Amino acid sequence: MSIGLHKSDFKNPVVRWIDSRMPIFTMMQKEYGTFPTPRNFNYFWNFGALAMVNLVIMIATGIFLAMNYTPHTSMAFDSVERIMRDVNYGWLLRYVHANGASMFFIVVYIHIWRGMFYGSYKAPRELLWILGVVIFLLMMATAFMGYVLPWGQMSFWGATVITNLFSAFPVVGEHIVTLLWGGFSVDNPTLNRFFSLHYLLPFVIVGVVFLHIAALHITGSNNPLGIDPKGPQDTIPFHPYYTAKDSVGIVVYLMVFAVLVFFAPNYLGHPDNYIPANPLVTPAHIVPEWYFLPFYAILRAVPDKLGGVLMMFGAIAVLFVLPWLDGSPVRSMRFRPLARIAFFLWTIAFGVLLWAGGKPAEGTYVLIARLATVYYFAYFLVILPLLGRLERPLPLPESIATPVLRGGGPLPAGAANSPMEKA
Amino acid sequence: MKILKALAVLGALVSLAPAARAAEGAVELPHTRFSFDGIFGTFDRAAAQRGFQVYKEVCSACHSMRLLSYRNLREIGLSEAQVQAIAATVEVQDGPNDEGQMFARPGRASDRFHSPFANEAAARAANNGALPPDFSVIAKAREGGARYLHALLTGYADAPAGFNLGQGMNYNRYFPGHQIAMAPPLNEGQVTFADQTPATVEQMAHDVATFLAWAAEPELEERRQMGVKIILFLAVLGVLAYGVKRRVWADLH
Repeated sequence: MSIGLHKSDFKNPVVRWIDSRMPIFTMMQKEYGTFPTPRNFNYFWNFGALAMVNLVIMIATGIFLAMNYTPHTSMAFDSVERIMRDVNYGWLLRYVHANGASMFFIVVYIHIWRGMFYGSYKAPRELLWILGVVIFLLMMATAFMGYVLPWGQMSFWGATVITNLFSAFPVVGEHIVTLLWGGFSVDNPTLNRFFSLHYLLPFVIVGVVFLHIAALHITGSNNPLGIDPKGPQDTIPFHPYYTAKDSVGIVVYLMVFAVLVFFAPNYLGHPDNYIPANPLVTPAHIVPEWYFLPFYAILRAVPDKLGGVLMMFGAIAVLFVLPWLDGSPVRSMRFRPLARIAFFLWTIAFGVLLWAGGKPAEGTYVLIARLATVYYFAYFLVILPLLGRLERPLPLPESIATPVLRGGGPLPAGAANSPMEKA
Repeated sequence: MKILKALAVLGALVSLAPAARAAEGAVELPHTRFSFDGIFGTFDRAAAQRGFQVYKEVCSACHSMRLLSYRNLREIGLSEAQVQAIAATVEVQDGPNDEGQMFARPGRASDRFHSPFANEAAARAANNGALPPDFSVIAKAREGGARYLHALLTGYADAPAGFNLGQGMNYNRYFPGHQIAMAPPLNEGQVTFADQTPATVEQMAHDVATFLAWAAEPELEERRQMGVKIILFLAVLGVLAYGVKRRVWADLH
């Protein structure tokens, strides 16, 4: 790169002055204005932008909540209720933040599902995918610690159960737990460090999101067909096409969010968390927040403690190596008749685990959770590697423009009806 | 269409979550109707005021509401003078004064509700070892909310034959485990309502459940009003955004 002022194309003198010294306007124009994007996104491609919006909402509400929150075991619960009662629009801030966590997981689960269905994890987007899984892990840690802060019964007992998991590791386990607690039980030092980390991690997420987007803008986006754009006829500039399309998605997302916040703010929460934490009284059923239930079910499906912990972490760790487990060169499951069925079954298994995680760990529930756990892992470790070799994919379309224009518009004669056999 | 289906599946999964944690063996609550049911429901002020009277004359002997202030009672329609009169009936310890002494003074509207016991140990000692829970957010802290509270208060019965009832315990159809330390708190005609409403157990239970629902979610009415406005705004914005999208994409299709 040559040293010297950037040659800016902007006409406005102020913008031009800044841009030639620090070309952020040129960068924004390149990455969000003219950025060439496949023309065939469906609405599943909204969810990346939605996650970004959600992250901003969480940080914005969180900053104001932190101004009114007291991270002390004797005051945390009351300070949260003071936010609800005496802080101007405090109830709004808190309900947006609490339900925002649920919305974040809904959005991110759909975003991940989209990536898995359309093969967005495959070459050349492996690193992009891995960064996404890192964000998911950071989100889980942040959400878990955030749920501890109101210091209700589920806060306390959830923290106790989850931190105790680390004691399953031989030799170092107990030390890790002591370090997490800052003492020998979940107490004030635990609350303090969780508050500190709960404030820190979102900004780490922002950093990894930046890397996630940087990597995305090198490889470009995947698309529902999973084939690469072959020329300018296959892409459109991000703005105004996808800014307009994302706007539609954002409004729908905000509507779902608003219904939760304004009409059912405690629907996804647990009533026990409105009981102040009491180390002497254990709730009848300790359940984590709904978005952790699939992994909680896997944990409890394994009869051995260490085994359960390893399986639970393994359920996420396996996502890191997904790009190398799936050997099929075809990205989109639209063209993978067998993998598509296997993946829908996996989706059901995930739903079953979500359901079983909220049930007591006894009788039939454990059996069902075990079957779903076996399928969860079998999909990644057995079915996908085998299908990569055995499955005969459907013929891929010639280009993105071909099937997109099928519904009308100028078409070379017969182009839509004879997609080139590729696989 | 596929997307809609997928979203429907996900929606179903999400809605499973609270159902999934419903306690096993819990008794179905009777379907009581409340003024604050539904999207446009509001708190019946008269019922909430009667409920406060029940709380003050009956429940507050054992149950604190330490997160509420007397001034909050303005929200259920009591006048400034009424609130000050209610607050003045309790004695509050304040201080230290200029001489460094603690002193007692009559309560003010800005004071928190007076708690019946000095601490948890005192509460347990006076109640056969059981702790009467604080009522500030009790309607949010129990599965079923106000419906559960109403059911509990009207759910006392004789223990069925063979039920092993502990010493000093009472049988209740809706309490988890059916054994509750609290004796039936409401008796016919126990309070005298100023508005001539007959003080049946059913009436008192319904009123106090309304009062406790308000106490747990005093923002409920404002929240729903704001929600309706925001949903309407988003509906209009959504139509506009979709129109813009169609317009922008028109040249591509």
